[in-house]
Amino acid sequence: MSSQESVAAVPLAVRANVERERRRAATRRRQLFYLALLGLALLAPLAIYPVFLMKLLCFALFACAFNLLLGYAGLLSFGHAAFFACGGYITGHMLSTYSGLSTELGILAGTLASTLLGLIFGLLAIRRQGIYFAMITLALAQMVFFVFVQAPFTGGENGLQGVPRGHLFGLIDMQNNLALYYVVLAVFVFGFAVIQRTIHSPYGQVLKAIRENEPRAVSLGYNVDAHKLLAFVISSALAGLAGATKTVVFQLASLTDAHWHMSGEVILMTLLGGVGTLLGPLVGATVVVTLQSSLSNGPLGEWVHVILGVIFVLCVLLFRSGIVGWLERLVKRNFK
Amino acid sequence: MESQFVLETRGLTKEFRGFTAVDAVDLQVRQGHIHALIGPNGAGKTTVFNLLTKFLTPTRGEILYRGKNITAMKASEIARLGLVRSFQISAVFGHLSVLENVRVALQQKLGNSYQFWKSERSLHALDEQAMQLLAEVDLESFADTLAIELPYGRKRALELATTLALDPVVLLLDEPTQGMGSEDVDMVVALVRRAAVNRTVLMVEHNLSVVSRLCDRITVLARGAVLAEGDYDSVSANPQVREAYLGSEAAVEAQP
Repeated sequence: MSSQESVAAVPLAVRANVERERRRAATRRRQLFYLALLGLALLAPLAIYPVFLMKLLCFALFACAFNLLLGYAGLLSFGHAAFFACGGYITGHMLSTYSGLSTELGILAGTLASTLLGLIFGLLAIRRQGIYFAMITLALAQMVFFVFVQAPFTGGENGLQGVPRGHLFGLIDMQNNLALYYVVLAVFVFGFAVIQRTIHSPYGQVLKAIRENEPRAVSLGYNVDAHKLLAFVISSALAGLAGATKTVVFQLASLTDAHWHMSGEVILMTLLGGVGTLLGPLVGATVVVTLQSSLSNGPLGEWVHVILGVIFVLCVLLFRSGIVGWLERLVKRNFK
Repeated sequence: MESQFVLETRGLTKEFRGFTAVDAVDLQVRQGHIHALIGPNGAGKTTVFNLLTKFLTPTRGEILYRGKNITAMKASEIARLGLVRSFQISAVFGHLSVLENVRVALQQKLGNSYQFWKSERSLHALDEQAMQLLAEVDLESFADTLAIELPYGRKRALELATTLALDPVVLLLDEPTQGMGSEDVDMVVALVRRAAVNRTVLMVEHNLSVVSRLCDRITVLARGAVLAEGDYDSVSANPQVREAYLGSEAAVEAQP
């Protein structure tokens, strides 16, 4: 009781200031950590094959975009492959059709198309909740899948192959893997920064409130559907950006990207890494992509899916908040 | 005549698949009153409450706020007009801090809730005001605590502080003392009394001692219709009310 009184004796303005200082220090620590991570990413191609790194970054961005929706808006989309593929196909189509189109404009076109698709999906699905929302997004994504099978510009079963990477700003040849790596890294950093800012924005606060208690947010006068829709559109735009970048890297857009397996995979990455944590999707994507490529080249072949399944089950059973959530708890317990 | 009623319903009716939960209720809430809606279980109190706050759509009838028809408005819209509700189960944002809970409500008036490109630092301008609201309900020392970690009574206090952050014209409280021990009940009664200064309050309440202590006017519902209306003494003397309550009276008096 006495401690409470002494706390209350401190003027409120001072208390607010102390709190602000504490948060500022936490922000500085976070920024330092991200800088270190960025330094690591800048040096990574010295040790690791750049194309593999680029694949990792694309899927990490995809998972981060998905995590924005699931972790911060509480919306489980089972159709995110549609946005990933849409970005890929439109970018592939633009770069193949208009030779001389600079790389960044190709990526931009794919991203814009996904944003628009996200807006349409969102308008149709956002009023539903929980499993119904997931079902509607899945159904819509299946429709998009069949559009990509049938449409004249997608190459049907073959997909779009040999997509030219183009020149960045019409100047720098993207055939150079190392140059492209740094472009992909820049794209990832941009996408990650957008998500980071969104979460720590006035909008992000309201989004979290909606996730925590939707009826209460309504009763405070917030138009909940419109806020959720914005999260959905931002998420689909970034998923499209990831898909578009992936197409440039592999010079390929295929039906694999649009298949519902891909929607499942991004859920797997996010849950594995830790939903609702900023780094979780990055870690999850790294684990899944690394396992896939290292195991499928070995003697195991198709067994890679079984092994991934087992790992997923173990993760869900052992650390429900994902790898990053588990690590965070470990750090909190031992260092605080 | 109209201006003295801040909230009014005319022939408010709600049917669920042929079952009439609320039957032609005419309710008039006077400016500045603390008005209670009471009645035995299943009388339709919560349904009326949800109709008034637009969480349910009426089958028939009108809802007027300061003489203006608000029947067709959305729940979030009437909140922006100044009709703000609380919930039966304490409704806080569990994984936001206590301070952030109140700040989210304050933020609504800034109209920046779609700005995803701005830093949340712009919200710190609201911190001091939020702390003041927390101080009013003795929660300032919990400012950094996650709301989910608060004990039940404190959660209700936080919910009230969050509601008051919107500076509502009409406060709609859904069983504010439900599930509380007597100490917490006294705290909530004091809080509501303080919050009701210069405001109108409509509350659904089971605890008749709370009603008798707080309320200027009482509407008794039974089987979806208005059974009686008046101040506590006239309502409690009404034989029909006594009859409607007979089954549950013992339980009410047994409450701490």
